[in-house]
Amino acid sequence: MNKLLIRIRDLVHEYREYDENDVLVRTSRALDGVTLDVTEGSFVAVLGHNGSGKSTFAKHINALLMPTEGTVIFSGRDTAEIENLWELRKEAGMIFQNPDNQIISNVVEEDVAFGPENLGIPSEEIIARVAFALERVGMEAYRLSSPNKLSGGQKQRIGIAGLLAMKPRCILMDEPTAMLDPVGRREVLRTVHELNRDEHITVVMITHYLEEVTDVDRVVVMDQGKIVMDGTPREIFSRIDELSAHHMRVPQVVELAYELRKEGVPIPEGILTVDELVEALCRLR
Amino acid sequence: MIRDITLGQYYDADSIIHRLDPRVKLAFTLIYIASLYVGKSVYCYLFAAAFLCGLIALSRVPVHFMLRGLKSIVVILVISALFNIFVIDGQVLVRFWIFRITLEGLKTAGLMVVRLILLIVGSSVMTLTTTPNDLTDGLERSLGFLKVIHVPIHEISMMMSIALRFIPILVEEVNKIMKAQMARGADFDGGGLIKKAKAMVPMLIPLFVSSFRRAADLALAMEARCYHGGEGRTKMYPLKYKKEDFLAYLVLFVYLGCMIALGRLT
Repeated sequence: MNKLLIRIRDLVHEYREYDENDVLVRTSRALDGVTLDVTEGSFVAVLGHNGSGKSTFAKHINALLMPTEGTVIFSGRDTAEIENLWELRKEAGMIFQNPDNQIISNVVEEDVAFGPENLGIPSEEIIARVAFALERVGMEAYRLSSPNKLSGGQKQRIGIAGLLAMKPRCILMDEPTAMLDPVGRREVLRTVHELNRDEHITVVMITHYLEEVTDVDRVVVMDQGKIVMDGTPREIFSRIDELSAHHMRVPQVVELAYELRKEGVPIPEGILTVDELVEALCRLR
Repeated sequence: MIRDITLGQYYDADSIIHRLDPRVKLAFTLIYIASLYVGKSVYCYLFAAAFLCGLIALSRVPVHFMLRGLKSIVVILVISALFNIFVIDGQVLVRFWIFRITLEGLKTAGLMVVRLILLIVGSSVMTLTTTPNDLTDGLERSLGFLKVIHVPIHEISMMMSIALRFIPILVEEVNKIMKAQMARGADFDGGGLIKKAKAMVPMLIPLFVSSFRRAADLALAMEARCYHGGEGRTKMYPLKYKKEDFLAYLVLFVYLGCMIALGRLT
């Protein structure tokens, strides 16, 4: 346990824009010297507003993007080396924002089997893995359904099952709940939390909803391609002024607790949930 | 509702024909169509029709489903029949104005119509009893030999199955775009043909843009899931021939033999 899984050093990524004559017209620095270590089995949330570079950051971990400068080492393998590519993507699966655009087949179980099929795993083993993965995300009843008939949250869980069938060590999620309704959002978050806890799968979740990160191990805030804050949710959420300087809005209840404290109400620091605030307020009497 | 549209025209039932390997059904369809051109006598067609009736009975698909495919070719049937009746030379039966109808013309027209009907119904047996997924699988496997001459058969079948997956999504998107444009005053119904075609432009362009975006997303997601072409890929349910499949091949060749023999005899 607690082995280092992802080691990122001075990562820089530049998007280059060329005109029709292949002349460089503009470079924009999406990542500007990111250094981060992620230990195996942890649940890390990367926060940031639009254009903070958080998506670009995630795509470096499974080598969908290559560093312009700096290095990304995933479980001892350099992502810049091409021979590591498939092993790397097998171990670091990725869930994208739009659930529809990552489902390949029109039968649920065939979609879950897509990853292992690409890895060249024998048929019997694929069948076993698909059954396990679907059961793990609670979608075994939909094995033979068409993905078109599922809700957004269910589709994202199918996506997660598709990764599980590849036996990953890490799941990267690029705003997995941005297109979901509140029910779907809860379903997906509960599923990844369970996987993190029970299967010891490392989770790196990119999001801009602070409400979603109250129960993760670690929160990293990015702004303008740099990591600007790093700590537990409790630490991060107690620095409300700093968060708003980076265009992040804290959850209502956190803000309320903060304002109450500022006005001199004696409640403890670092309240994250409604229940905690209710309890703190009840203690006052 | 739109999510329930059936792709292709698969009719779900549990029959021996449904359970056959898609490759067998592909071979059946091809050979059946070819066999219709072997013999030209009435007996050949009678035999072919009887064989087809047998298959339909085995497939447990209601007959009106089988005949539905004919609706779309009624015009072609009528045109080709008329052509044959009026154009072919021979013993004149009726003559009026510049037209004449010959006995040979009537005969050829009749056989032509029967042949086309058998052809369409014959291929309906395959499309009604095979899911689109199985069909692409079967195509990929049975056309695998084309890889030798660098036909990217795996890629083609992958594209076909992705297209099948995205058709309902794009249909839904068309509805959304149409409603959005109608809300801004677009008129899709009024006007003549040209006006109608022009009205399609503000619908097609957003559809194209969003499909390209979806394609880019999907490509990224596939790469992230280790897709690297057909090389070294396995299947969860690889196509395997069973006993019935060999039996079906046997039946097929017996049928073909009979057709050739009948064609020779008469």
